[in-house]
Amino acid sequence: MPSSIVCTDASISVEGINKRFGNVQALDNINLMIDQGTVFALLGPNGSGKTTLVRILTTLLRPDSGSAHIAGFNVIREAQSVRSVIGLAGQYPAVEEILTGKENLEMIGQLYHLGNVEAKARATELLQKFELSDAENRKVKTYSGGMRRRLDLAAALVASPSILFLDEPTTGLDPRSRLGLWEIIAAQAKDCKTVFLTTQYLEEADRLANKIAIIDKGKILREGTNQELKQCCGGDTLVKVRIADRNELPKASDALKELGGENLHSYPDMGEITLPANGGTFLLPEVVRRLDAEKILIAELALKPPTLDDVFLSITGHPAEETTELKEGSSNTP
Amino acid sequence: MSVNSNISIALSDIGVMTRRNMLRYFRLPQLLIFNALLNVVLLLLFNYVFGGAIRTGGIAYIQYFLPGFMVQTVVFGSTQTSVGLAEDLSKGMIDRFRSLPISRPAFLTGRVVADAARYAILIALMIIVGSIMGFRFENGVLPALAGVALIILFGIALTWVGVFIGTSVRDVETAQVAGFVWVFPLVFASSLYVPIETMPSWLQVFAQVNPVTPMVDTMRALALGGSLSASLWKTLVWDGVIILIFLPLALRRYRLMGQ
Repeated sequence: MPSSIVCTDASISVEGINKRFGNVQALDNINLMIDQGTVFALLGPNGSGKTTLVRILTTLLRPDSGSAHIAGFNVIREAQSVRSVIGLAGQYPAVEEILTGKENLEMIGQLYHLGNVEAKARATELLQKFELSDAENRKVKTYSGGMRRRLDLAAALVASPSILFLDEPTTGLDPRSRLGLWEIIAAQAKDCKTVFLTTQYLEEADRLANKIAIIDKGKILREGTNQELKQCCGGDTLVKVRIADRNELPKASDALKELGGENLHSYPDMGEITLPANGGTFLLPEVVRRLDAEKILIAELALKPPTLDDVFLSITGHPAEETTELKEGSSNTP
Repeated sequence: MSVNSNISIALSDIGVMTRRNMLRYFRLPQLLIFNALLNVVLLLLFNYVFGGAIRTGGIAYIQYFLPGFMVQTVVFGSTQTSVGLAEDLSKGMIDRFRSLPISRPAFLTGRVVADAARYAILIALMIIVGSIMGFRFENGVLPALAGVALIILFGIALTWVGVFIGTSVRDVETAQVAGFVWVFPLVFASSLYVPIETMPSWLQVFAQVNPVTPMVDTMRALALGGSLSASLWKTLVWDGVIILIFLPLALRRYRLMGQ
Protein backbone atom coordinates (compact mmCIF):
# COMPACT_ATOMS: atom_id res chain seq x y z
CA MET A 1 0.00 0.00 0.00
CA PRO A 2 1.46 3.40 -0.90
CA SER A 3 2.57 5.25 2.19
CA SER A 4 1.43 8.61 0.87
CA ILE A 5 -2.32 8.22 1.34
CA VAL A 6 -3.86 11.65 1.41
CA CYS A 7 -6.16 11.82 4.40
CA THR A 8 -9.29 13.83 3.92
CA ASP A 9 -10.56 15.50 7.05
CA ALA A 10 -12.34 12.85 9.10
CA SER A 11 -12.34 14.48 12.48
CA ILE A 12 -15.24 14.90 14.88
CA SER A 13 -15.52 17.83 17.23
CA VAL A 14 -18.31 18.35 19.71
CA GLU A 15 -18.66 21.67 21.47
CA GLY A 16 -20.92 22.08 24.49
CA ILE A 17 -23.84 19.95 23.36
CA ASN A 18 -26.96 19.83 25.53
CA LYS A 19 -30.13 17.89 24.92
CA ARG A 20 -33.16 17.56 27.13
CA PHE A 21 -36.18 15.28 26.80
CA GLY A 22 -38.92 16.53 29.11
CA ASN A 23 -37.28 16.70 32.51
CA VAL A 24 -34.44 14.33 31.67
CA GLN A 25 -31.12 15.93 30.78
CA ALA A 26 -30.07 13.39 28.14
CA LEU A 27 -26.80 15.16 27.32
CA ASP A 28 -25.13 17.63 29.60
CA ASN A 29 -22.44 19.87 28.08
CA ILE A 30 -20.65 17.27 25.97
CA ASN A 31 -17.25 18.25 24.57
CA LEU A 32 -15.13 15.90 22.49
CA MET A 33 -12.30 16.19 20.01
CA ILE A 34 -11.67 13.09 17.93
CA ASP A 35 -8.84 13.10 15.39
CA GLN A 36 -9.09 11.34 12.06
CA GLY A 37 -7.96 7.73 12.05
CA THR A 38 -9.19 7.23 15.58
CA VAL A 39 -11.40 4.37 16.66
CA PHE A 40 -13.37 6.07 19.37
CA ALA A 41 -15.58 4.20 21.82
CA LEU A 42 -18.29 5.87 23.84
CA LEU A 43 -18.72 3.59 26.80
CA GLY A 44 -21.69 3.72 29.12
CA PRO A 45 -24.68 1.86 30.51
CA ASN A 46 -28.14 1.82 28.92
CA GLY A 47 -29.84 5.18 29.00
CA SER A 48 -26.61 7.12 29.56
CA GLY A 49 -27.04 9.23 26.41
CA LYS A 50 -24.93 7.28 23.92
CA THR A 51 -27.61 6.92 21.26
CA THR A 52 -28.74 10.52 21.69
CA LEU A 53 -25.22 11.74 20.95
CA VAL A 54 -24.92 9.45 17.91
CA ARG A 55 -28.27 10.75 16.61
CA ILE A 56 -27.13 14.36 16.97
CA LEU A 57 -23.78 13.71 15.24
CA THR A 58 -25.51 11.91 12.35
CA THR A 59 -27.97 14.82 11.79
CA LEU A 60 -31.02 12.86 12.97
CA LEU A 61 -31.62 15.01 16.03
CA ARG A 62 -30.95 18.66 16.79
CA PRO A 63 -29.20 19.58 20.01
CA ASP A 64 -30.83 22.17 22.29
CA SER A 65 -27.56 24.08 22.38
CA GLY A 66 -23.94 23.63 21.41
CA SER A 67 -22.60 22.52 18.06
CA ALA A 68 -20.71 19.71 16.41
CA HIS A 69 -18.57 19.40 13.30
CA ILE A 70 -18.10 16.25 11.28
CA ALA A 71 -15.19 16.42 8.84
CA GLY A 72 -15.40 20.17 9.24
CA PHE A 73 -19.12 20.38 8.40
CA ASN A 74 -21.60 21.74 10.91
CA VAL A 75 -24.19 19.08 11.78
CA ILE A 76 -27.05 21.60 11.79
CA ARG A 77 -26.21 24.10 9.06
CA GLU A 78 -24.41 21.70 6.70
CA ALA A 79 -26.36 18.54 7.46
CA GLN A 80 -26.46 17.41 3.84
CA SER A 81 -22.65 17.60 3.53
CA VAL A 82 -22.32 15.69 6.80
CA ARG A 83 -24.61 12.97 5.43
CA SER A 84 -22.44 12.46 2.37
CA VAL A 85 -19.32 11.64 4.42
CA ILE A 86 -20.81 9.43 7.15
CA GLY A 87 -22.13 5.90 7.39
CA LEU A 88 -24.50 4.90 10.19
CA ALA A 89 -25.43 1.53 11.60
CA GLY A 90 -27.96 2.18 14.33
CA GLN A 91 -28.87 0.10 17.31
CA TYR A 92 -31.45 -1.91 15.39
CA PRO A 93 -30.89 -3.14 11.84
CA ALA A 94 -32.49 -0.75 9.34
CA VAL A 95 -33.01 -2.92 6.28
CA GLU A 96 -36.03 -3.45 4.06
CA GLU A 97 -37.73 -6.77 4.77
CA ILE A 98 -39.40 -7.12 1.40
CA LEU A 99 -36.28 -6.38 -0.63
CA THR A 100 -33.47 -8.87 -1.16
CA GLY A 101 -30.07 -8.29 0.44
CA LYS A 102 -28.69 -7.18 -2.88
CA GLU A 103 -31.57 -4.82 -3.61
CA ASN A 104 -31.15 -3.26 -0.19
CA LEU A 105 -27.50 -2.38 -0.80
CA GLU A 106 -28.14 -1.24 -4.37
CA MET A 107 -30.89 1.06 -3.16
CA ILE A 108 -28.59 2.61 -0.56
CA GLY A 109 -25.87 3.01 -3.23
CA GLN A 110 -28.32 4.79 -5.53
CA LEU A 111 -29.39 7.08 -2.71
CA TYR A 112 -25.71 7.96 -2.17
CA HIS A 113 -25.73 8.77 -5.92
CA LEU A 114 -23.02 6.26 -6.81
CA GLY A 115 -24.57 5.56 -10.21
CA ASN A 116 -26.22 2.26 -11.13
CA VAL A 117 -23.10 0.39 -12.23
CA GLU A 118 -21.07 1.45 -9.24
CA ALA A 119 -23.97 0.76 -6.85
CA LYS A 120 -24.33 -2.79 -8.18
CA ALA A 121 -20.58 -3.45 -8.02
CA ARG A 122 -20.34 -2.10 -4.50
CA ALA A 123 -23.31 -4.23 -3.39
CA THR A 124 -21.72 -7.40 -4.76
CA GLU A 125 -18.40 -6.57 -3.14
CA LEU A 126 -19.93 -5.93 0.28
CA LEU A 127 -22.18 -9.00 0.15
CA GLN A 128 -19.05 -11.06 -0.41
CA LYS A 129 -17.14 -9.33 2.34
CA PHE A 130 -19.97 -9.97 4.81
CA GLU A 131 -20.52 -13.54 3.64
CA LEU A 132 -24.02 -12.85 2.40
CA SER A 133 -23.44 -13.75 -1.26
CA ASP A 134 -25.36 -17.01 -0.93
CA ALA A 135 -28.39 -15.17 0.37
CA GLU A 136 -28.15 -12.08 -1.82
CA ASN A 137 -31.29 -12.88 -3.81
CA ARG A 138 -33.40 -13.83 -0.81
CA LYS A 139 -35.77 -11.37 0.78
CA VAL A 140 -34.40 -9.98 4.01
CA LYS A 141 -37.42 -11.24 5.94
CA THR A 142 -35.95 -14.73 5.62
CA TYR A 143 -32.62 -13.60 7.13
CA SER A 144 -31.50 -14.50 10.65
CA GLY A 145 -30.81 -11.75 13.17
CA GLY A 146 -27.06 -11.99 12.62
CA MET A 147 -27.47 -11.77 8.84
CA ARG A 148 -29.62 -8.65 9.14
CA ARG A 149 -27.04 -7.08 11.38
CA ARG A 150 -24.31 -7.82 8.85
CA LEU A 151 -26.40 -6.43 6.00
CA ASP A 152 -27.04 -3.32 8.07
CA LEU A 153 -23.31 -2.82 8.59
CA ALA A 154 -22.71 -3.39 4.89
CA ALA A 155 -25.30 -0.70 4.16
CA ALA A 156 -23.40 1.71 6.39
CA LEU A 157 -20.24 1.06 4.35
CA VAL A 158 -21.77 1.39 0.87
CA ALA A 159 -20.38 4.85 0.18
CA SER A 160 -16.98 4.13 1.80
CA PRO A 161 -17.69 6.79 4.43
CA SER A 162 -14.76 8.60 5.97
CA ILE A 163 -16.54 8.54 9.33
CA LEU A 164 -18.44 5.48 10.43
CA PHE A 165 -20.93 5.58 13.30
CA LEU A 166 -21.78 2.27 14.94
CA ASP A 167 -24.33 2.27 17.75
CA GLU A 168 -23.77 -0.86 19.83
CA PRO A 169 -22.54 -2.74 16.77
CA THR A 170 -21.93 -6.12 18.36
CA THR A 171 -25.38 -6.44 19.93
CA GLY A 172 -26.95 -9.54 18.40
CA LEU A 173 -23.84 -10.70 16.55
CA ASP A 174 -22.58 -14.26 16.82
CA PRO A 175 -18.89 -14.67 17.78
CA ARG A 176 -17.71 -15.20 14.21
CA SER A 177 -19.49 -12.15 12.83
CA ARG A 178 -18.10 -10.21 15.77
CA LEU A 179 -14.58 -11.05 14.65
CA GLY A 180 -15.45 -9.98 11.12
CA LEU A 181 -16.77 -6.68 12.43
CA TRP A 182 -13.62 -6.10 14.43
CA GLU A 183 -11.53 -6.63 11.30
CA ILE A 184 -13.61 -4.12 9.39
CA ILE A 185 -13.25 -1.55 12.12
CA ALA A 186 -9.48 -2.04 12.17
CA ALA A 187 -9.34 -1.70 8.36
CA GLN A 188 -11.29 1.58 8.51
CA ALA A 189 -8.77 3.08 10.89
CA LYS A 190 -5.86 1.96 8.71
CA ASP A 191 -7.31 4.03 5.84
CA CYS A 192 -7.15 7.02 8.20
CA LYS A 193 -10.91 6.89 8.51
CA THR A 194 -12.62 7.50 11.80
CA VAL A 195 -14.90 5.12 13.65
CA PHE A 196 -17.25 6.29 16.39
CA LEU A 197 -18.83 3.39 18.22
CA THR A 198 -20.85 2.96 21.37
CA THR A 199 -20.76 0.01 23.68
CA GLN A 200 -21.66 -1.15 27.15
CA TYR A 201 -18.62 -3.39 27.42
CA LEU A 202 -15.23 -2.18 28.51
CA GLU A 203 -13.67 -5.29 27.03
CA GLU A 204 -15.05 -4.42 23.61
CA ALA A 205 -14.01 -0.79 23.85
CA ASP A 206 -10.59 -1.90 24.98
CA ARG A 207 -10.23 -4.34 22.12
CA LEU A 208 -11.46 -2.05 19.35
CA ALA A 209 -10.79 1.52 20.27
CA ASN A 210 -7.69 3.57 20.82
CA LYS A 211 -9.61 6.29 22.58
CA ILE A 212 -12.46 5.83 25.02
CA ALA A 213 -14.83 8.20 26.77
CA ILE A 214 -17.05 7.10 29.60
CA ILE A 215 -20.53 8.57 29.70
CA ASP A 216 -23.06 8.37 32.49
CA LYS A 217 -26.35 10.23 32.91
CA GLY A 218 -25.49 12.47 29.96
CA LYS A 219 -22.09 13.54 31.22
CA ILE A 220 -18.63 12.52 30.01
CA LEU A 221 -16.94 11.29 33.17
CA ARG A 222 -13.49 10.43 31.87
CA GLU A 223 -11.75 10.41 28.53
CA GLY A 224 -8.46 8.92 27.51
CA THR A 225 -6.58 6.02 26.01
CA ASN A 226 -7.41 2.50 27.09
CA GLN A 227 -4.38 2.33 29.37
CA GLU A 228 -5.22 5.59 31.04
CA LEU A 229 -8.74 4.42 31.80
CA LYS A 230 -7.78 1.05 33.11
CA GLN A 231 -5.15 2.60 35.36
CA CYS A 232 -7.93 4.18 37.33
CA CYS A 233 -9.15 0.84 38.59
CA GLY A 234 -5.80 -0.84 38.97
CA GLY A 235 -4.57 -2.16 35.64
CA ASP A 236 -5.24 -4.99 33.21
CA THR A 237 -6.14 -7.72 35.66
CA LEU A 238 -8.20 -7.73 38.82
CA VAL A 239 -8.60 -10.30 41.55
CA LYS A 240 -12.27 -10.93 42.18
CA VAL A 241 -13.29 -12.63 45.39
CA ARG A 242 -16.85 -13.53 46.33
CA ILE A 243 -17.40 -14.48 49.92
CA ALA A 244 -19.96 -17.02 51.11
CA ASP A 245 -21.67 -14.80 53.67
CA ARG A 246 -22.39 -11.27 52.44
CA ASN A 247 -22.68 -9.96 55.99
CA GLU A 248 -18.98 -10.54 56.40
CA LEU A 249 -18.12 -8.20 53.54
CA PRO A 250 -16.90 -5.28 55.72
CA LYS A 251 -14.72 -7.66 57.69
CA ALA A 252 -13.28 -9.17 54.49
CA SER A 253 -12.71 -5.74 53.06
CA ASP A 254 -10.69 -4.75 56.12
CA ALA A 255 -8.63 -7.93 55.88
CA LEU A 256 -7.68 -7.19 52.26
CA LYS A 257 -7.32 -3.43 52.60
CA GLU A 258 -3.55 -3.60 52.74
CA LEU A 259 -3.35 -5.55 49.46
CA GLY A 260 -5.70 -3.41 47.39
CA GLY A 261 -5.18 0.04 48.77
CA GLU A 262 -7.47 2.65 47.29
CA ASN A 263 -8.25 0.37 44.36
CA LEU A 264 -10.03 -2.16 46.53
CA HIS A 265 -13.76 -2.04 45.83
CA SER A 266 -16.56 -3.96 47.43
CA TYR A 267 -19.94 -4.73 45.87
CA PRO A 268 -22.35 -5.36 48.77
CA ASP A 269 -25.16 -6.57 46.46
CA MET A 270 -23.07 -9.42 45.17
CA GLY A 271 -20.82 -9.98 48.18
CA GLU A 272 -17.80 -9.31 45.98
CA ILE A 273 -14.49 -7.53 46.39
CA THR A 274 -12.12 -6.60 43.58
CA LEU A 275 -8.50 -5.48 43.84
CA PRO A 276 -5.71 -5.05 41.31
CA ALA A 277 -3.68 -8.18 40.66
CA ASN A 278 -0.61 -6.11 39.84
CA GLY A 279 0.31 -8.33 36.97
CA GLY A 280 0.60 -11.71 38.65
CA THR A 281 -1.07 -14.60 40.40
CA PHE A 282 1.06 -14.29 43.51
CA LEU A 283 -1.71 -12.28 45.15
CA LEU A 284 -4.18 -15.19 45.09
CA PRO A 285 -2.65 -17.29 47.90
CA GLU A 286 -2.19 -14.13 49.95
CA VAL A 287 -5.90 -13.33 49.61
CA VAL A 288 -6.79 -16.83 50.68
CA ARG A 289 -4.42 -16.71 53.67
CA ARG A 290 -5.75 -13.41 54.95
CA LEU A 291 -9.42 -14.36 54.61
CA ASP A 292 -8.69 -17.74 56.13
CA ALA A 293 -7.06 -16.06 59.13
CA GLU A 294 -10.38 -14.23 59.70
CA LYS A 295 -12.33 -17.47 59.19
CA ILE A 296 -14.15 -15.96 56.19
CA LEU A 297 -15.40 -18.56 53.70
CA ILE A 298 -14.65 -17.89 50.01
CA ALA A 299 -17.31 -18.83 47.43
CA GLU A 300 -15.38 -17.80 44.34
CA LEU A 301 -11.89 -16.54 43.58
CA ALA A 302 -10.74 -15.48 40.11
CA LEU A 303 -8.54 -13.27 37.98
CA LYS A 304 -10.43 -11.18 35.44
CA PRO A 305 -10.06 -8.12 33.24
CA PRO A 306 -11.76 -4.99 34.58
CA THR A 307 -15.33 -4.43 33.40
CA LEU A 308 -17.30 -1.27 32.89
CA ASP A 309 -18.63 -1.80 36.40
CA ASP A 310 -15.15 -1.69 37.88
CA VAL A 311 -14.21 1.46 36.02
CA PHE A 312 -17.49 3.09 36.98
CA LEU A 313 -17.10 2.18 40.57
CA SER A 314 -13.64 3.62 40.76
CA ILE A 315 -14.67 6.85 39.01
CA THR A 316 -18.09 7.47 40.50
CA GLY A 317 -18.12 5.38 43.63
CA HIS A 318 -21.28 3.64 42.38
CA PRO A 319 -21.64 0.73 39.95
CA ALA A 320 -22.91 1.35 36.44
CA GLU A 321 -26.65 1.12 36.50
CA GLU A 322 -29.33 1.42 33.94
CA THR A 323 -31.04 4.76 34.05
CA THR A 324 -34.79 4.35 34.20
CA GLU A 325 -35.93 3.75 30.69
CA LEU A 326 -35.36 6.90 28.78
CA LYS A 327 -36.41 6.65 25.16
CA GLU A 328 -33.03 7.68 23.93
CA GLY A 329 -33.44 10.25 21.24
CA SER A 330 -36.08 8.20 19.51
CA SER A 331 -37.96 10.21 16.95
CA ASN A 332 -41.18 9.61 18.84
CA THR A 333 -40.00 11.67 21.75
CA PRO A 334 -42.03 14.86 21.88
CA MET B 1 -23.31 21.85 -7.97
CA SER B 2 -25.37 23.09 -10.90
CA VAL B 3 -29.11 23.46 -10.72
CA ASN B 4 -29.48 20.89 -13.48
CA SER B 5 -27.59 18.15 -11.70
CA ASN B 6 -29.44 19.02 -8.48
CA ILE B 7 -32.72 18.44 -10.27
CA SER B 8 -31.56 15.20 -11.84
CA ILE B 9 -30.36 13.98 -8.43
CA ALA B 10 -33.71 14.88 -6.88
CA LEU B 11 -35.55 13.03 -9.67
CA SER B 12 -33.32 10.00 -9.27
CA ASP B 13 -33.93 9.98 -5.49
CA ILE B 14 -37.69 10.22 -6.04
CA GLY B 15 -37.42 7.38 -8.55
CA VAL B 16 -35.59 5.14 -6.08
CA MET B 17 -38.07 5.90 -3.29
CA THR B 18 -41.04 5.36 -5.62
CA ARG B 19 -39.69 2.00 -6.70
CA ARG B 20 -39.22 1.01 -3.08
CA ASN B 21 -42.85 1.81 -2.25
CA MET B 22 -44.18 0.12 -5.40
CA LEU B 23 -42.23 -3.04 -4.54
CA ARG B 24 -43.88 -3.03 -1.14
CA TYR B 25 -47.31 -3.06 -2.82
CA PHE B 26 -46.43 -5.83 -5.21
CA ARG B 27 -44.44 -8.05 -2.89
CA LEU B 28 -46.92 -7.71 -0.06
CA PRO B 29 -49.99 -7.73 -2.28
CA GLN B 30 -52.45 -8.50 0.54
CA LEU B 31 -52.98 -4.81 1.25
CA LEU B 32 -53.63 -3.95 -2.38
CA ILE B 33 -55.87 -6.99 -2.85
CA PHE B 34 -58.02 -6.34 0.22
CA ASN B 35 -58.19 -2.69 -0.69
CA ALA B 36 -59.48 -3.69 -4.10
CA LEU B 37 -61.91 -6.22 -2.61
CA LEU B 38 -63.26 -3.65 -0.17
CA ASN B 39 -63.94 -1.29 -3.05
CA VAL B 40 -65.66 -4.01 -5.07
CA VAL B 41 -67.85 -5.00 -2.10
CA LEU B 42 -68.81 -1.37 -1.47
CA LEU B 43 -69.56 -0.91 -5.14
CA LEU B 44 -71.89 -3.91 -5.16
CA LEU B 45 -73.57 -2.96 -1.88
CA PHE B 46 -74.22 0.64 -2.74
CA ASN B 47 -75.46 -0.12 -6.20
CA TYR B 48 -77.79 -2.97 -5.32
CA VAL B 49 -78.88 -1.94 -1.79
CA PHE B 50 -79.35 1.82 -2.11
CA GLY B 51 -79.36 2.16 -5.86
CA GLY B 52 -83.04 1.41 -6.26
CA ALA B 53 -84.09 3.93 -3.61
CA ILE B 54 -82.17 6.92 -4.91
CA ARG B 55 -83.78 9.03 -7.64
CA THR B 56 -81.21 10.24 -10.10
CA GLY B 57 -83.35 11.89 -12.72
CA GLY B 58 -83.93 9.06 -15.07
CA ILE B 59 -80.46 7.59 -15.50
CA ALA B 60 -79.50 4.19 -14.11
CA TYR B 61 -77.92 4.44 -10.66
CA ILE B 62 -74.70 2.73 -11.78
CA GLN B 63 -74.27 5.45 -14.43
CA TYR B 64 -74.85 8.17 -11.85
CA PHE B 65 -72.77 6.64 -9.13
CA LEU B 66 -69.71 4.95 -10.69
CA PRO B 67 -67.95 8.20 -11.71
CA GLY B 68 -68.30 9.29 -8.07
CA PHE B 69 -67.19 5.93 -6.81
CA MET B 70 -63.90 6.29 -8.72
CA VAL B 71 -63.38 9.54 -6.82
CA GLN B 72 -64.22 7.82 -3.55
CA THR B 73 -61.52 5.23 -4.26
CA VAL B 74 -58.81 7.88 -4.20
CA VAL B 75 -60.30 9.71 -1.21
CA PHE B 76 -60.28 6.51 0.87
CA GLY B 77 -56.94 5.59 -0.68
CA SER B 78 -55.30 8.68 0.73
CA THR B 79 -56.00 7.46 4.27
CA GLN B 80 -53.83 4.44 3.44
CA THR B 81 -51.02 6.91 2.79
CA SER B 82 -51.18 8.11 6.40
CA VAL B 83 -51.14 4.55 7.68
CA GLY B 84 -48.24 3.43 5.50
CA LEU B 85 -46.21 6.51 6.32
CA ALA B 86 -46.87 6.24 10.05
CA GLU B 87 -45.66 2.66 9.83
CA ASP B 88 -42.51 3.74 8.02
CA LEU B 89 -41.79 6.42 10.58
CA SER B 90 -42.25 4.08 13.53
CA LYS B 91 -39.56 1.74 12.18
CA GLY B 92 -35.79 2.13 12.11
CA MET B 93 -35.62 2.49 8.33
CA ILE B 94 -36.51 6.16 8.49
CA ASP B 95 -33.31 6.90 10.43
CA ARG B 96 -31.27 5.28 7.70
CA PHE B 97 -32.99 7.35 4.99
CA ARG B 98 -32.61 10.54 7.00
CA SER B 99 -28.89 9.89 7.47
CA LEU B 100 -28.34 9.63 3.69
CA PRO B 101 -27.63 12.62 1.44
CA ILE B 102 -31.03 12.30 -0.27
CA SER B 103 -32.73 15.38 -1.65
CA ARG B 104 -35.10 16.41 1.08
CA PRO B 105 -38.58 15.85 -0.36
CA ALA B 106 -37.67 12.52 -2.01
CA PHE B 107 -38.80 10.27 0.81
CA LEU B 108 -42.33 11.74 0.92
CA THR B 109 -42.63 12.41 -2.80
CA GLY B 110 -41.67 8.82 -3.60
CA ARG B 111 -44.63 7.66 -1.56
CA VAL B 112 -47.02 10.08 -3.25
CA VAL B 113 -45.94 8.95 -6.72
CA ALA B 114 -46.29 5.28 -5.77
CA ASP B 115 -49.74 6.03 -4.35
CA ALA B 116 -50.76 7.73 -7.58
CA ALA B 117 -49.90 4.47 -9.38
CA ARG B 118 -51.96 2.56 -6.81
CA TYR B 119 -54.95 4.84 -7.53
CA ALA B 120 -54.62 4.17 -11.26
CA ILE B 121 -54.79 0.42 -10.62
CA LEU B 122 -57.83 0.72 -8.35
CA ILE B 123 -59.69 3.01 -10.75
CA ALA B 124 -59.04 0.60 -13.63
CA LEU B 125 -60.50 -2.18 -11.49
CA MET B 126 -63.57 -0.09 -10.66
CA ILE B 127 -64.16 0.56 -14.36
CA ILE B 128 -63.91 -3.15 -15.14
CA VAL B 129 -66.28 -4.22 -12.35
CA GLY B 130 -68.59 -1.30 -13.15
CA SER B 131 -68.75 -2.34 -16.82
CA ILE B 132 -69.82 -5.82 -15.79
CA MET B 133 -72.58 -4.20 -13.72
CA GLY B 134 -73.73 -2.23 -16.75
CA PHE B 135 -71.75 1.00 -16.60
CA ARG B 136 -70.83 2.63 -19.94
CA PHE B 137 -68.79 5.73 -20.80
CA GLU B 138 -71.20 7.67 -23.04
CA ASN B 139 -68.88 10.49 -24.03
CA GLY B 140 -65.94 8.81 -25.74
CA VAL B 141 -62.51 7.56 -24.71
CA LEU B 142 -60.56 10.81 -24.47
CA PRO B 143 -62.92 12.55 -22.01
CA ALA B 144 -62.97 9.33 -19.98
CA LEU B 145 -59.16 9.24 -19.84
CA ALA B 146 -59.03 12.95 -19.00
CA GLY B 147 -61.47 12.30 -16.16
CA VAL B 148 -59.36 9.47 -14.77
CA ALA B 149 -56.27 11.72 -14.97
CA LEU B 150 -58.13 14.45 -13.06
CA ILE B 151 -59.17 11.97 -10.38
CA ILE B 152 -55.56 10.86 -9.97
CA LEU B 153 -54.50 14.49 -9.70
CA PHE B 154 -57.19 14.98 -7.05
CA GLY B 155 -55.85 11.84 -5.34
CA ILE B 156 -52.33 13.28 -5.36
CA ALA B 157 -53.57 16.47 -3.72
CA LEU B 158 -55.40 14.49 -1.01
CA THR B 159 -52.38 12.24 -0.58
CA TRP B 160 -50.42 15.26 0.65
CA VAL B 161 -53.12 15.66 3.31
CA GLY B 162 -52.55 11.99 4.14
CA VAL B 163 -48.79 12.56 4.25
CA PHE B 164 -49.27 15.48 6.60
CA ILE B 165 -51.44 13.37 8.91
CA GLY B 166 -49.04 10.41 8.74
CA THR B 167 -46.01 12.57 9.59
CA SER B 168 -47.97 14.26 12.38
CA VAL B 169 -49.41 11.29 14.26
CA ARG B 170 -46.60 8.77 13.55
CA ASP B 171 -48.62 5.93 14.98
CA VAL B 172 -50.33 3.36 12.82
CA GLU B 173 -53.61 2.99 14.74
CA THR B 174 -54.06 6.71 15.24
CA ALA B 175 -53.33 7.34 11.57
CA GLN B 176 -56.09 4.88 10.66
CA VAL B 177 -58.75 6.64 12.74
CA ALA B 178 -57.50 10.13 11.94
CA GLY B 179 -57.92 9.35 8.25
CA PHE B 180 -61.57 8.42 8.56
CA VAL B 181 -62.44 11.55 10.54
CA TRP B 182 -61.93 13.86 7.59
CA VAL B 183 -62.71 11.43 4.80
CA PHE B 184 -66.26 10.35 5.68
CA PRO B 185 -67.88 13.82 5.64
CA LEU B 186 -66.09 14.60 2.38
CA VAL B 187 -67.39 11.48 0.67
CA PHE B 188 -70.96 11.39 1.98
CA ALA B 189 -71.83 15.07 2.17
CA SER B 190 -71.22 15.56 -1.53
CA SER B 191 -72.88 14.84 -4.84
CA LEU B 192 -71.17 11.45 -4.88
CA TYR B 193 -74.04 9.17 -3.78
CA VAL B 194 -77.11 11.36 -3.96
CA PRO B 195 -78.16 14.58 -5.70
CA ILE B 196 -77.34 17.51 -3.38
CA GLU B 197 -80.89 18.91 -3.75
CA THR B 198 -82.22 16.07 -1.58
CA MET B 199 -80.14 17.22 1.45
CA PRO B 200 -81.29 19.70 4.14
CA SER B 201 -80.35 23.20 3.08
CA TRP B 202 -77.60 23.69 5.70
CA LEU B 203 -75.92 20.53 4.47
CA GLN B 204 -76.28 21.64 0.88
CA VAL B 205 -74.06 24.59 1.77
CA PHE B 206 -71.31 22.25 2.93
CA ALA B 207 -71.80 19.91 -0.03
CA GLN B 208 -71.46 22.83 -2.43
CA VAL B 209 -68.04 23.87 -1.10
CA ASN B 210 -66.86 20.30 -0.49
CA PRO B 211 -63.99 19.66 -2.96
CA VAL B 212 -65.38 16.18 -3.67
CA THR B 213 -68.55 17.65 -5.26
CA PRO B 214 -66.91 19.49 -8.20
CA MET B 215 -64.57 16.54 -8.77
CA VAL B 216 -67.52 14.13 -8.95
CA ASP B 217 -69.51 16.53 -11.15
CA THR B 218 -66.51 16.89 -13.46
CA MET B 219 -66.07 13.15 -13.81
CA ARG B 220 -69.79 12.67 -14.33
CA ALA B 221 -69.82 15.24 -17.11
CA LEU B 222 -66.74 13.72 -18.75
CA ALA B 223 -68.18 10.21 -18.54
CA LEU B 224 -71.79 10.90 -19.44
CA GLY B 225 -71.70 14.25 -21.24
CA GLY B 226 -73.06 17.54 -19.95
CA SER B 227 -71.83 20.94 -18.91
CA LEU B 228 -68.35 20.93 -17.50
CA SER B 229 -66.66 24.29 -17.15
CA ALA B 230 -67.74 25.42 -13.66
CA SER B 231 -67.02 22.16 -11.89
CA LEU B 232 -63.75 21.66 -13.80
CA TRP B 233 -62.43 25.04 -12.70
CA LYS B 234 -63.49 24.46 -9.13
CA THR B 235 -61.72 21.12 -9.10
CA LEU B 236 -58.48 22.50 -10.46
CA VAL B 237 -58.56 25.37 -7.97
CA TRP B 238 -59.17 22.92 -5.13
CA ASP B 239 -56.26 20.70 -6.28
CA GLY B 240 -53.98 23.73 -6.26
CA VAL B 241 -55.19 25.00 -2.89
CA ILE B 242 -54.85 21.62 -1.19
CA ILE B 243 -51.36 21.02 -2.56
CA LEU B 244 -50.20 24.56 -1.75
CA ILE B 245 -51.32 24.15 1.85
CA PHE B 246 -50.46 20.56 2.66
CA LEU B 247 -47.28 19.92 0.67
CA PRO B 248 -45.29 22.58 2.56
CA LEU B 249 -46.87 21.50 5.86
CA ALA B 250 -45.89 17.87 5.27
CA LEU B 251 -42.34 18.79 4.23
CA ARG B 252 -42.01 20.94 7.30
CA ARG B 253 -43.18 18.10 9.53
CA TYR B 254 -40.61 15.83 7.96
CA ARG B 255 -37.84 18.37 8.35
CA LEU B 256 -38.64 19.04 11.99
CA MET B 257 -38.78 15.38 12.87
CA GLY B 258 -35.42 15.52 14.63
CA GLN B 259 -36.27 18.37 16.99
